[in-house]
Amino acid sequence: MYRENILDHYKRPRNRGKIEKPDSEGFDSNPLCGDEIGMQIAVKGGKIHGIRFSGSACAICTASASMLTEEAMGKKVEDARRISKGQVLSLLGIDPGPTRLKCALLPLKVMKLAVYKYLGKKISEEDEKLV
Amino acid sequence: MLDVEKIRADFPLLKRKMNGKRLAYLDNAATTQKPVQVLEAMDDYYRNFNANVNRGAYRLGGESTEKYEAARRNIASFINAKPEEIIFTKNATESLNAVAAITCETAQRGSTALLTQMEHHSNIVPWQLQAKKNGLKVRYVKIRSYGALCNEDVEEELERCPFIFSFTHVSNVLGAVNDAAKLCRMAKKAGAYSCVDAAQSVPHMDVDVKKIGCDFLAFSSHKMLGPNGVGALYMRKELQETLPPFLGGGDMIKSVSFEESTWNAPPYKYEAGTPNVAGAIGLSAAVDYLKKVGLKNIEEHEKKLAKHCRKELSPIKGIRFHGPREGAGIVSFNIGKIHAHDVGQFADDEAVAIRTGHHCAQPLMKLLGEPATARASFYLYNTEDEVERLAGSMRKCQKALG
Repeated sequence: MYRENILDHYKRPRNRGKIEKPDSEGFDSNPLCGDEIGMQIAVKGGKIHGIRFSGSACAICTASASMLTEEAMGKKVEDARRISKGQVLSLLGIDPGPTRLKCALLPLKVMKLAVYKYLGKKISEEDEKLV
Repeated sequence: MLDVEKIRADFPLLKRKMNGKRLAYLDNAATTQKPVQVLEAMDDYYRNFNANVNRGAYRLGGESTEKYEAARRNIASFINAKPEEIIFTKNATESLNAVAAITCETAQRGSTALLTQMEHHSNIVPWQLQAKKNGLKVRYVKIRSYGALCNEDVEEELERCPFIFSFTHVSNVLGAVNDAAKLCRMAKKAGAYSCVDAAQSVPHMDVDVKKIGCDFLAFSSHKMLGPNGVGALYMRKELQETLPPFLGGGDMIKSVSFEESTWNAPPYKYEAGTPNVAGAIGLSAAVDYLKKVGLKNIEEHEKKLAKHCRKELSPIKGIRFHGPREGAGIVSFNIGKIHAHDVGQFADDEAVAIRTGHHCAQPLMKLLGEPATARASFYLYNTEDEVERLAGSMRKCQKALG
């Protein structure tokens, strides 16, 4: 499970920290294991031009958040909203199994919370169920 | 000394392999594995004695009732209680909810229920719910930095005259053992009821309700080799006459009219509906098993394993233990900044089962300043070899993620 790419993103997370003036943000936690992730986005011309994550989380969750910020950066907000569970798992390149799936998907849920908030939309039922 | 290999032979699940490796089950504070003696007792009940209890004039119903009451007598004597002082519940959580419901209902508005900062959610949330409903307050005795309570702090809180002091006997996170007898004496002196959450003590040490002198004591079957779905509430006899029931239904009544009802004699006053008869019988068989091995032997064995565990884990870079050095068979720790979930994963890769997370004690985790911890908790069937396998997996974890 702790493959090279995951360890790399865990030990040197990309886009970790805070944005001074975010256009939107999201936060969620997984009470079962104590992972907490917050994510902020800055938008310019309909595209995500800044994205940062914060919080304390396990290696799988941290790596997932780190990879996801890279993936979402520069995307149109609407396209970021469409990033799927499958895409995140393929970025990670592992099958986390049922006990760790929530660790892997928490960052995606949090990013979507930020995006939906920005769009002024209610989160879809499918996305709500990510974690 | 325990003959651990002989004990292990009684536990079918411990023969399971994970990933081709022998399972090392070190999550006994969460739940325990079951010996064949318990499984057979329950199987025998359903095959040969199943009928509803306390009803029906037929012989089978009588036999079933006698088995249920024999279980009650056995479990009562295990903690030195009278049979009628044992109320069967679903688990320790339900027992604590019951205590909260019936004591808060009769407490003066504005008064305080006193708890401690080391409680499991099951001894916090029921009080919050009832306090809201009945206009009461909830306060907590703080824990000191060494992970235990201090008598002076308890004294100070008791001066505020709470109507009850409800505390855990053994902390499921820290392994700290509270002096229940002393705390109950202090509560009594302050005019408060005393309630002991004994979910982590009754399975592991001699518990005598008369020596402790508590008004209420709660424990679960599944943490002491028995089945899920059954637990007990000890309630001192004198209180049973005055305190109201908390569940209504069949069995708990003497007479019912459309206007009002009167209550059956205790303990039946507190047991509504068809009880978990097979569960009670299974728990009774578990009690027999524990008595045969001897609680003193079990306690000593677990302490030895906990000590060995701390020694094996100590050299790992960044290791932090939580709770007092001398405690129950529970070792809670973190390694550097590695999240407990990752720690648990490395253990699992070696087929070592430990608990990771907040252990149903989120306020305590906040105090510790850890989002989660890893916890190994031992029982009579665990071995030093299992402890060493845990330590080996932790060294690997530190190397990969530290």
